[in-house]
Amino acid sequence: METLAFLIRRVGQAVMVMLIISLIGFSIQDNLGDPLRELVGQSVSEAEREALRDRMGLNDPFFVQYARFLGNAVQGDLGTSYFFKKPALEVILRKFPATFELVLAATLIIVLVSVPAGIFCAIKPKHIGARLIMGLSIVGISIPVFLTAIFSIYLFSIELGWMPSFGRGDVVELGWWNTGFLTGDGLEHLVLPAFALSSIMLPLFIRLIRGEMMEVMRTEYVRFAQAKGLHPRRVLFVHALRNTLLPVITVGGVQIGTLIAYTILTETVFQWPGMGFLFLEAVNRVDTPLIIAYIIIVGLIFVITNTIVDLIYTYVNPMVRISGVKG
Amino acid sequence: MKKLFTLLGAFVLAFVVAGGVQAKTLRMAYDADPVSLDPHEQLSGGTLQLSHMVFDPLVRWTKDLGFEGRIAEKWERVDDTTVRFHLRQGVTFHSGNALTAADVVWTFNRLKESPDFKGIFEPFVSMAVVDDHTVDLVTSGPNPLVLHTATYIFPMDSAFYSGNDERGRDKAEIVKHGDSFASQNVSGTGPFVITSREQGVKVVFERFAGYWDTNSPGNVTSIVFTPIKEAPTRVAALLAGDVDFIAPVPPTDLPRIDSNDGTELITMTGTRIITFQMDQNRREELRDPRVRLAIVHAINNVGIVEKIMNGFGTAAGQMSPAGYLGYNEALIPRYDLAKAQALMTEAGYADGFELTMMAPNNRYVNDFKIAEAVAAMLAKINIRVDLTTMPKAQYWPKYDEQAADMMMIGWHSDTEDSANFYEFLSMTRDADTGRGQYNNGHYSNADVDRMTLDTLTMTNDEERAQVLQRIEQIQYDEAGFVPLHWQDLAWAARSGVNIGSVVNVMNFPYLGDLVID
Repeated sequence: METLAFLIRRVGQAVMVMLIISLIGFSIQDNLGDPLRELVGQSVSEAEREALRDRMGLNDPFFVQYARFLGNAVQGDLGTSYFFKKPALEVILRKFPATFELVLAATLIIVLVSVPAGIFCAIKPKHIGARLIMGLSIVGISIPVFLTAIFSIYLFSIELGWMPSFGRGDVVELGWWNTGFLTGDGLEHLVLPAFALSSIMLPLFIRLIRGEMMEVMRTEYVRFAQAKGLHPRRVLFVHALRNTLLPVITVGGVQIGTLIAYTILTETVFQWPGMGFLFLEAVNRVDTPLIIAYIIIVGLIFVITNTIVDLIYTYVNPMVRISGVKG
Repeated sequence: MKKLFTLLGAFVLAFVVAGGVQAKTLRMAYDADPVSLDPHEQLSGGTLQLSHMVFDPLVRWTKDLGFEGRIAEKWERVDDTTVRFHLRQGVTFHSGNALTAADVVWTFNRLKESPDFKGIFEPFVSMAVVDDHTVDLVTSGPNPLVLHTATYIFPMDSAFYSGNDERGRDKAEIVKHGDSFASQNVSGTGPFVITSREQGVKVVFERFAGYWDTNSPGNVTSIVFTPIKEAPTRVAALLAGDVDFIAPVPPTDLPRIDSNDGTELITMTGTRIITFQMDQNRREELRDPRVRLAIVHAINNVGIVEKIMNGFGTAAGQMSPAGYLGYNEALIPRYDLAKAQALMTEAGYADGFELTMMAPNNRYVNDFKIAEAVAAMLAKINIRVDLTTMPKAQYWPKYDEQAADMMMIGWHSDTEDSANFYEFLSMTRDADTGRGQYNNGHYSNADVDRMTLDTLTMTNDEERAQVLQRIEQIQYDEAGFVPLHWQDLAWAARSGVNIGSVVNVMNFPYLGDLVID
């Protein structure tokens, strides 16, 4: 019951968030430039362009345009992309699997690397390996993602010739979804972009897990467990790690957003056919319907991931009650 | 994994070779893919590149800016205002329909309806069917640019594009920003058929089995076209062997590709002129020809080409590039700082003045760096420049507003003829006729106006060249604008992909004729 009430509240919040986002998106569109120049050739006269602008409704007052947009949006129509000539929502959803798989692969890398590395650095802080990891993470945190991406293309694609340099490779169509997970070529193409994307978060999580772990290891209940003579591995993974993960999940939820933001850069460098790349292209082309649809969808993703994180949180630590819900 | 695939690929190839057919695939990457499959929706380089793959024009440009017949086998002038085109027999569309004169006329009429193309076709009154394989093109007056314009007539399959589709839309409709039948479906006569297309990701072409030009040496059986927006990634894809052919090539990577084993670089002097316009309406100072001359003399455009463009351009003293009728040999770049200072003093502006300047930062090669260099050079004659650069999408509205005293514009003549420059950039602005539509300098000279209009109806090339060169001379003497350079073109390919023989200054490679070793 509690969870249901919570979810209903969240849906309400999501609608509010998206309304605000759409309003912001709409109000900045005039500053992005004139879409007409991208649609017509150089010798088309100003009168002709003006007529086209009229037909597209770009000359209407702001609130008329916004009201029209909202009216269509509640019917599931977020406008038609100027460049793709298809409903903006359809275009974005078509690109969603590529971005989702990239983020998923990067997240997997982050989890699989940062948890063992963080624990190792916490329990053996003086070990040469731990120092190496900590040193590297400083370097990693300070290199911008596009540099990591370009450097990895240079090293692994051009010099060594191990990895493909761009794109997504062969994909398998599964209904409306398309996946690169099922072909060797698709997986090969995923490696460099996923590593480049994970490189931003990896140092942060290693350091976070190390810090939390060191703190938890000093708490009384861990010492008590140790004193009780429990197996060190049990103390480590059952008692200590579980409590370490709480802040990690919180930070992780917030960082998913950052990860999505960085897909824009990563996808652009690797010509990865996902939403982030699509968005940057749309900005360059002033494809306003697509821009607004993108920020609304990303807003929705934020709300959904935060909701999921909150739910996981209560599962990991039942002591925590979902905020705003009476226990 | 990759090795395994290569091995598998080798096996497949071996079988195909044994079967007697040699499959040659060209994997190419451009910075963008075509906006639409409709050849009349947008007049842009991308559209023309696609048109030359999927369609054939009546005539096409040769490398030395001459013409060769494609769908038109031969042509002759019937009278002052009529040119007759004899069409090739036995040409079929991808749909299987045979091409007739009716298709050509249908295409012409559709061009006259297209917002982007109707400007070019304005002097062309009508086209009439003479018989199944002959058409007459009628112009409003004597017209020197009939063949230039015929390069834009890519006959479309009128039967294929007639009627309504299943959604009730007129198949012939040209829609500029929306979904239309012609933007998603195509039937031309060209060497390649589109077999799949995911916009912004990939287009796959296969060679058209019924292609009429059996004499073409081309041996490419399929093309995989991928847009790669980021220049470093595009170059990396070529160097890593993931694609065979890329364009454009960023100037910074030219030496790298040139010196690399296994890749080849082709560069060519382009025909797009990059200029600054000096707005005489906004600034009284700029109305004085001496001040404009001082500005031209203060700008070291040879140095800009060398240092900023890495030699990837040709410094200009005029609009017409070499090879155009209007190209006037005598008009060379004229950097001379002492003379510039003297001219400023003579005009009474020894202490200089302040100017606003705007330039795009993602439209032309190194555009914003060029603007910064020009601003710094003008400081030497005490002109203090307040420079703003911005993405092209924001720049063009500013350009239309004429928002700064000096604005950058590059221009490529759609007709590959000098008069097009003057019509749009040099003639006195006239909102009714559309002449001087891009003349943000508000330069105005009655002789230039009159002579430009004269050249539009002169059919004797020699006389016409004299007048066109005279126009360049007048603009040069009065410093009507600041000429910077003609931007070079560059393509790069894997060795063995002989792109050198199919690329041209118009930048639409004739891929149907491409030979891969």
